[in-house]
Amino acid sequence: MTAAQIPALQVVVALLAAPVCLILRRPRVAWLIALVATWASLVMALILLFSVLKVGPISYLLGDWEAPWGIEYRIDMVSAFLLVIVTTIGSLVIPYAQASVEAEVPAARVYLFYCMYLLNLAGLLGIVITGDVFNLFVFLEISSLSSYVLISLGKDRRALIAAYRYLVMGTIGATFYVIGVGLTYMMTGSLNMVDLATLMPAVIDTRTIHVALAFLTVGLSLKLALFPLHVWLPNAYTYAPSAVSAFIAATGTKVAVYALLRIVFTVFGEVDVLSFPGVQEVLLTLAAAAMIGASATAIYQENVKRVLAYSSLAQIGYMVVGIGMESATGLAGSIVHLFNHALMKGGLFMVLGCVFLRLGSVEIADMHGLAKRMPLTMAAFVAGGLSLIGVPLSVGFISKWYLVQGALEKGWWAAVAVILASSILAIVYIWRIVEVAYFRPRPEGAPAVSEAPASLLVPTWMMIGACYYFGIDATRTLDVAVGAAETLLGGLR
Amino acid sequence: MEFPGLINYWIVVVLMMTGFYIVIAHNNLVKKIVGLNIFQVSMFTFYITMAKVKGGTAPILAEGIAQYSNPLPHVLILTAIVVGVATTALGLALVVRIRDAYGTVEDDEIEAQENDR
Amino acid sequence: MSLMVFMAVIGFAVARLRNLFGVVMLTGIFSLTSAVLYVVLDAVDVAFTEAAVGAGIATVLMLGTLALTTSEEKTVSDNKPLLALLLVTITGAVLIYGTLDMPYYGDPTAPIHHHVAPRYLMDSAYETGLPNVVTSVLASYRGYDTLGEVFVIFTAAAGVLLIIGRPQRGRRRARRDAQWDIEHGIRKNVILRVVSKLLLPMILLFALYVQWHGDFGPGGGFQAGVIFASGFILYALIFDVDLARAVVAPRVSRFFLALGVLLYGGVGVVGALLGGNYLDYSVLARVPTDGQHLGILLVELGVGLTVAAAMITIFFTFASQER
Repeated sequence: MTAAQIPALQVVVALLAAPVCLILRRPRVAWLIALVATWASLVMALILLFSVLKVGPISYLLGDWEAPWGIEYRIDMVSAFLLVIVTTIGSLVIPYAQASVEAEVPAARVYLFYCMYLLNLAGLLGIVITGDVFNLFVFLEISSLSSYVLISLGKDRRALIAAYRYLVMGTIGATFYVIGVGLTYMMTGSLNMVDLATLMPAVIDTRTIHVALAFLTVGLSLKLALFPLHVWLPNAYTYAPSAVSAFIAATGTKVAVYALLRIVFTVFGEVDVLSFPGVQEVLLTLAAAAMIGASATAIYQENVKRVLAYSSLAQIGYMVVGIGMESATGLAGSIVHLFNHALMKGGLFMVLGCVFLRLGSVEIADMHGLAKRMPLTMAAFVAGGLSLIGVPLSVGFISKWYLVQGALEKGWWAAVAVILASSILAIVYIWRIVEVAYFRPRPEGAPAVSEAPASLLVPTWMMIGACYYFGIDATRTLDVAVGAAETLLGGLR
Repeated sequence: MEFPGLINYWIVVVLMMTGFYIVIAHNNLVKKIVGLNIFQVSMFTFYITMAKVKGGTAPILAEGIAQYSNPLPHVLILTAIVVGVATTALGLALVVRIRDAYGTVEDDEIEAQENDR
Repeated sequence: MSLMVFMAVIGFAVARLRNLFGVVMLTGIFSLTSAVLYVVLDAVDVAFTEAAVGAGIATVLMLGTLALTTSEEKTVSDNKPLLALLLVTITGAVLIYGTLDMPYYGDPTAPIHHHVAPRYLMDSAYETGLPNVVTSVLASYRGYDTLGEVFVIFTAAAGVLLIIGRPQRGRRRARRDAQWDIEHGIRKNVILRVVSKLLLPMILLFALYVQWHGDFGPGGGFQAGVIFASGFILYALIFDVDLARAVVAPRVSRFFLALGVLLYGGVGVVGALLGGNYLDYSVLARVPTDGQHLGILLVELGVGLTVAAAMITIFFTFASQER
């Protein structure tokens, strides 16, 4: 099989690995299959990224039927970047997951866990790589359904109701998305993104298309948890098993943001939707509300996973602000933040998984003096937290720098103020945890805990380390991000 | 803007909103799933209504038929139906587990139990 | 159009009714009515699938859930009816606003009838050789979507196993319990037992017919898989779940669940190995149309296997919950 088949294999390998896990029921074997499939996907994603950087967008026709009669895979810099993000996170979470999952999921179900994980991975990759709006829906549902199941596996019974609520809201979002697709289809007759882009200018003034855009945006906003459609997220992230929180927090919403970028800048790329009256204002207000409101709420949470969940909501606000700016700098800031935040949040949730493994809890009240007992783990938390705040040399700084630059370019002082304010709030909620872990003594009757095992610590530190590696030398990620932003803003080229 | 041409779509919108209302306004978890189902089936009806061509017939090629209705929405909805039942199955499975864990399937009672912790 | 008004009435009734059993029954009728509507609207394959899947499987699962939980909705459960009503009204108004520029119902000059679709109608006979255009598009032109769809149902079955899966009871114990039920319970009813035993082979045979005939008439893997599963479900309902489960052991259904998707995905891989792109069937045989035929046959089989196994798995998992 030649390298030309890689676009299809990117998704198919993960997809077909899932039923294999189902047949071979042993837990270790299932984990191994998941590991091999994920690492193979990472290799393929990197190959695709380098190809796109060299030769430009790649088009792959499934079934050899030309678009728009068949389904086309279209990989440009944005999609390739996302492919790398998702597979990288997966490649670090899976080695970590072996011990973490063994502790949190009953042994008889472990093979099903990895089966679900592979389906989730395949779903996410399928969303990113496709050039067909309906195909996006199908893989959106594969990834969503598998995430509902994965989240429900948390030990706390609240995981069940969190998964249910996510299911209901997610399905509403998906249905809105399909309604939007239907309305678009009705006016154009096509489902292929590039094809739609050429047909869009002719129909952009119809009320139907306006409503279509609204439904597409609302549907995807539910998935990316943009305020006020975010209510499913805190509980889902908090009560899911640790490895699941780490993976989904780092990938799910990023892919939803990608889908929104595709709709706004590719499908509607030939027309400037952000200049429609009110669109930019609404988007920016919601993003600002997310950034300030969520960061403030994070300060009052007692469960550290919850703190991180609210922090994620704020970070999503950052990404949307960049979209709203519609400038090369702002958009590049958003795109690079997709990568950076994935690393930061993935790493921080992995730290919490280590804590949970040893402590059995992630409540702040139980973490007094933890730094003495689990120094490496808590050091990772501090490092990740600093990156979240945006300390120079970390990836968090890179994203915020670009977003602030973008805001300054447009003279949006309010936006700059909001970005800086939420960073200050981040200092507060991170410090709260650090203070308890480092500067309070361990209470008398507290259970004796030891440092987390290497199989958890190594991937965690690799993730956190990456936060600083790509913060010190951000040229590679920034080149891709800026290139991706320019691709999006240029419409079709 | 003539009445007969759009009235079908308006009824579909009413159907969709009925389903949507049931999902968000009712507390019983099973009823929410039912509402979701109605919402989705109505959305299917929207697509299928779109596909119909006056004077056309089912898109199965046969001698002597000149006009067919559009097959593409049919294909899309076949997929959507399956996705819908998959969602329903998973949602109901969760409801069964929730019942075991909480003793109730009413959303407000569950919330009350959660807040008591 | 009167059908649609009927559906609207049912929808309202569902919203108002508190007895959940009635709600589920009405939902089943809603689905069935929509299936009839689809036939009127020329969507025969969709009608078939909606009837089998929506009115059939979904209703069974809902009833099963009710049996395991509760059958009455508690009190006036709307806690924020005004807000919900407002939201729904706004959304509905937006949608109706959107309909104002739509092509009229049935209009043959609508954009969707002139872009993409004409090729399916005009060329599929030459390119795939099948009369049922929906099958051509489903299994070949947009075959990758259908692969995704089979994986969705696979995900649902595996998910249900994960969420409420239980270990199976022993075979001998199942037989003993079934014997007791036959003597004392619903199974005492001779008519049910005899008729269902007569119907069972017909149902399975019909399923096979639908599976293979989908190229020429309405039908195909999904419908066939559901009908096939319904035979087993009927047996389980009339006789005993554990007995039925002994016939189709979880190991077996899990195997076929995986086999179906692997078959579908595998056909695509073979196509790629033979020089085409993924899921290109034309390279599977010397004459491209034969290749298309073969490919479509195999993938539909894969669909049928997985769908049947999935429905059986889901139903049996629900049915063997401790009450």
